[in-house]
Amino acid sequence: MTEHSKMRRFLPHLFLGLAMVVIIFPIWLVFVASTRTSAEILSAPMPVVPGSHIIENYGRAFFEGAKNLGASAFTMMKNSFIMAMGIAVGKIVVSLLAAFAIVFFDFRLRKFCFWAIFITLMLPVEVRIMPTYKVISDLGMLNSYWGLILPMIVSATAVFLFRQFFMSVPREIAEASQIDGASPMAFFAEILVPMTRTPIAAMFVIQFIYGWNQYLWPLLITTKEKYYTLLIGINRMLSGADVQIEWQIVMATVLLAMIPPVIVVAVMQKQFVTGMTDTEK
Amino acid sequence: MTKQYEFPSKGLPYLLVLPQMAVVFVFFFWPAAQAVYQSFFVQDPFGFSLIFVGFENYTKLFADPAYWDSFGVSTVFALSVAFSSMFIALFLAVQANRKMRFSSFYKTMLIWPYAVATMVAGVLWLFMFNPNVGVIAWFLAKVLGIKWNHLLDSGQALLLVSIAASWKQIAYNFVFFLAGLQAVPATLVEAAAIDGAGPGKRFWAIIFPLLSPTTFYLLVMNLVYGFFETFPIIHQVTAGGPGTSTNVLVYKVWRDGVINLDLGSSAAQSVVLMILVIGLTVVQFRFIERKVNY
Repeated sequence: MTEHSKMRRFLPHLFLGLAMVVIIFPIWLVFVASTRTSAEILSAPMPVVPGSHIIENYGRAFFEGAKNLGASAFTMMKNSFIMAMGIAVGKIVVSLLAAFAIVFFDFRLRKFCFWAIFITLMLPVEVRIMPTYKVISDLGMLNSYWGLILPMIVSATAVFLFRQFFMSVPREIAEASQIDGASPMAFFAEILVPMTRTPIAAMFVIQFIYGWNQYLWPLLITTKEKYYTLLIGINRMLSGADVQIEWQIVMATVLLAMIPPVIVVAVMQKQFVTGMTDTEK
Repeated sequence: MTKQYEFPSKGLPYLLVLPQMAVVFVFFFWPAAQAVYQSFFVQDPFGFSLIFVGFENYTKLFADPAYWDSFGVSTVFALSVAFSSMFIALFLAVQANRKMRFSSFYKTMLIWPYAVATMVAGVLWLFMFNPNVGVIAWFLAKVLGIKWNHLLDSGQALLLVSIAASWKQIAYNFVFFLAGLQAVPATLVEAAAIDGAGPGKRFWAIIFPLLSPTTFYLLVMNLVYGFFETFPIIHQVTAGGPGTSTNVLVYKVWRDGVINLDLGSSAAQSVVLMILVIGLTVVQFRFIERKVNY
């Protein structure tokens, strides 16, 4: 633009470079710790370059888990994956149907349904844990995948996004399909859903990450190692005196817990960014 | 505006909203109603007896200095996380939003920490500041002579959880500020430059006011995050301590309910929090709807 001094062009790189360091350094340390032995990590100061125990550490983390845990990262990854997929797919399906009803039909309880759903728009599970715990326990869903997934598909963000999108779809298309004799469900499945590809992809990214990163809820309802998710396993490994913690196994598990959601964001960055900012509009 | 075309079916829409309404009722309204109901009773920890006490749980709660203390800690924590992460994100978005080398690399790197779990962010910072194994704790002690122990020092504990929570939230704010900045018409900024406005003046007089919808939206979302969604960091890093110095509201609900088994009080606290969040949602929603209808 107007200013062209060297300093002005250099400064942004300096600030952004600094930000990169603040982002990368903590993760670099985790990686370094996951390649070292317990003794090396405990010797202050901990080394900041990788060691030689990478295969051994990841092998143990993946197939056995830390000594004080009783669950392997393989099992926990499977659980995190089931939970994340269940939440993402469940929420998308349920929300598409609800948004379709609210936008394309006129029915008596429409306003009521609308508000009943939207009141939950930003409601984090943290504020309703105890009563929800009781409901899940009454339904016999403690230590089960249903218990992990169902309460997490309540919030209205996805309905909100799909509703916004549906309202921008020209109604002539719906009318035309009706005149052609197609049922509303045929319109939904063959025309509307394919048109909604991009918002669906965006929602998938956001909900997969949301599900994968859930912490408080699995902490409450999974008491059996069989149902531990990665984050719960990490918490359990870290509860205990510092010297007993197998930092190298913990850190390998931390890295395993970070990789899948980061890959999802990296691969679908564009859909993710539009999806996030569209919920606002 | 003409009336939009709508499908004439009568029963079908009910069938379509049924799954969503079912989850909302079973996992939101029913628990919420139970919380309200339970907040009027005291229950012994084994659930054998319920004694109706009216508003006693609430009056006790609001008369309890520990609750107000927790309110105070949460407010300081949420505000400092909201302001620092929004300020840094806006600053970085302004830096990254120009034509320069590596700008898409910078953007990608600033976006992906969004995928890191809040709990993992807590672990990352805990690991660096752990008084026994932490690299930064070591550096502070040996090089700068600052004794770091967030398990004993309340100020350090609050600082550490705030840094971890802000570190994670910057990515979220960055995405929105960057999108907002990209929507600012370049012609406006250039016109101001021609009129002699310097970069600082251009930012504050033109760009920042145009970003205000984004800023307002983010402020509400960041407060919700700071108040309610940071439980994993508190639980993992400080467990509310030392003493009650990081005992934020959601942590207190959890501790009173799960550890101390004071279900009546925990329920009353849940009700207060739900009212807070629903209030924020309504504010946010009215704001969004108004913007859409322009």
